[in-house]
Amino acid sequence: MGGREANVVLLDENGIRSDGRKVNETRKVTIKTGVLKNADGSAYIEFGGNKILAGVFGPRDVHPKHMSNPDTGILRVRYHMEPFSVTERKKPAPSRREIEISKVIKEALEPAVMLEQFPRTAVDVFLEVLQADGGTRCAALDAASVALADAGIPMRDLVCACASGKAADTLILDVNNEEDQAGQADMPIGYMPNLGQITLLQLDGVLTPDEFKKCVEIGIDGCKQVYEIQKNSLREKYFSSGDNN
Amino acid sequence: MKNLESKKRYVLPGDVITTAPLRLRANVTLEGKRILSTAIGLSDVSYDSVRVIPLSGIYLPKVDDLVIGMIKYIHGNSWFADINSCYEGMLLAKDVFGRGSNATLGEMKASLDKSDLILARIANSDRTREPLLSISGQNLGKIDSGELVKISPTKIPRLIGKHGSMIQTIESSTNATITIGQNGLIVVSSDETNGLLKALAAIRMVEEQAHLADLTDKVKKMLGLNGV
Repeated sequence: MGGREANVVLLDENGIRSDGRKVNETRKVTIKTGVLKNADGSAYIEFGGNKILAGVFGPRDVHPKHMSNPDTGILRVRYHMEPFSVTERKKPAPSRREIEISKVIKEALEPAVMLEQFPRTAVDVFLEVLQADGGTRCAALDAASVALADAGIPMRDLVCACASGKAADTLILDVNNEEDQAGQADMPIGYMPNLGQITLLQLDGVLTPDEFKKCVEIGIDGCKQVYEIQKNSLREKYFSSGDNN
Repeated sequence: MKNLESKKRYVLPGDVITTAPLRLRANVTLEGKRILSTAIGLSDVSYDSVRVIPLSGIYLPKVDDLVIGMIKYIHGNSWFADINSCYEGMLLAKDVFGRGSNATLGEMKASLDKSDLILARIANSDRTREPLLSISGQNLGKIDSGELVKISPTKIPRLIGKHGSMIQTIESSTNATITIGQNGLIVVSSDETNGLLKALAAIRMVEEQAHLADLTDKVKKMLGLNGV
């Protein structure tokens, strides 16, 4: 992240980005709910080139026991990239980056889940990145939120996420891998659309205060687009007629 | 897509159900003046209250619920049973042998052993400890025979139906005895294999189509009942 290569054309004279998108356009997002039989809740997301599986277990017993909280349930998130998810083999052991992303996703989900109803229990979220293409934390957060809803964990709102950023001196929506590497800023945003609250906000790069505000607005617009796709995916599983398993 | 009633609406977590000042029942939360759903399900707004009937989720023990549990282990003077929840059901020896009795492990094992099924009532349940089970009462206690079926606990009310209509339909047309635990575990027993299989198929059908309307009619049709 944060590499600054000047020779990549991120935005042409017509305002079209390197992958053919407009500045305010997200990549193609598809979400499928309930893809894993053995998990209590699951989702699979394709966010551009990102392919991520989310599985949720719980609420269930906490092991090790000392982690349990008598006042509330706890949320545990593991974000993991498969060795084959990137062009050069990634060591399967959790890296610093994966540990950090696990933590930020956990903290982005915590305001939404109502675990105080389940004291002494844990909800485990497993996120497996099968293919990475920039913006995996946002895509993983989207999938995790759908999987939690699928597991029937009480939630105040779904959490949707999308990144915005700056490349070629222009504010853009949904930063891809190339723009992340060669661009000027990348800002992942997690958002609860019905409550109007931001649960995740990170910024890698430099923005002026005005650009920052604009970037947040653009990011929230992207989140709302993803939210519709999340809702449709859940509706398809639960509310369409016929088999729902 | 068909709504069960005009007032019932499909909702997802975060969906605003109403802004009217109504009493909050299950699976809803108040944010400012808006009442939001916290589950995937059907919103049910009555004249004074609002709730969401969930379509997914785990079983949370409530006092006086009838549950089916499987004994997992004996610890001290208690049996601990898997009641398909995030908590284990605790059955005290004094509930079986009477107050003051000092049952040995052998006596406890002879009465109820690991992997035995019991039909029990939730005697007490609070946030601080494991739910307490009781098997003192009519029809409660060890279940000797039958086929154990597990369905989502959220589908149990649908399987029972209004005033037990659904379960009575299935039982009468298949000659099977169906014991339903509120926790999503069901024991089906029948002398006839055919009846047993039919009852199992009907239960599966209810589970799969719990959110659809006219389910009793559909089940009747599947069971080959006339006069639908």
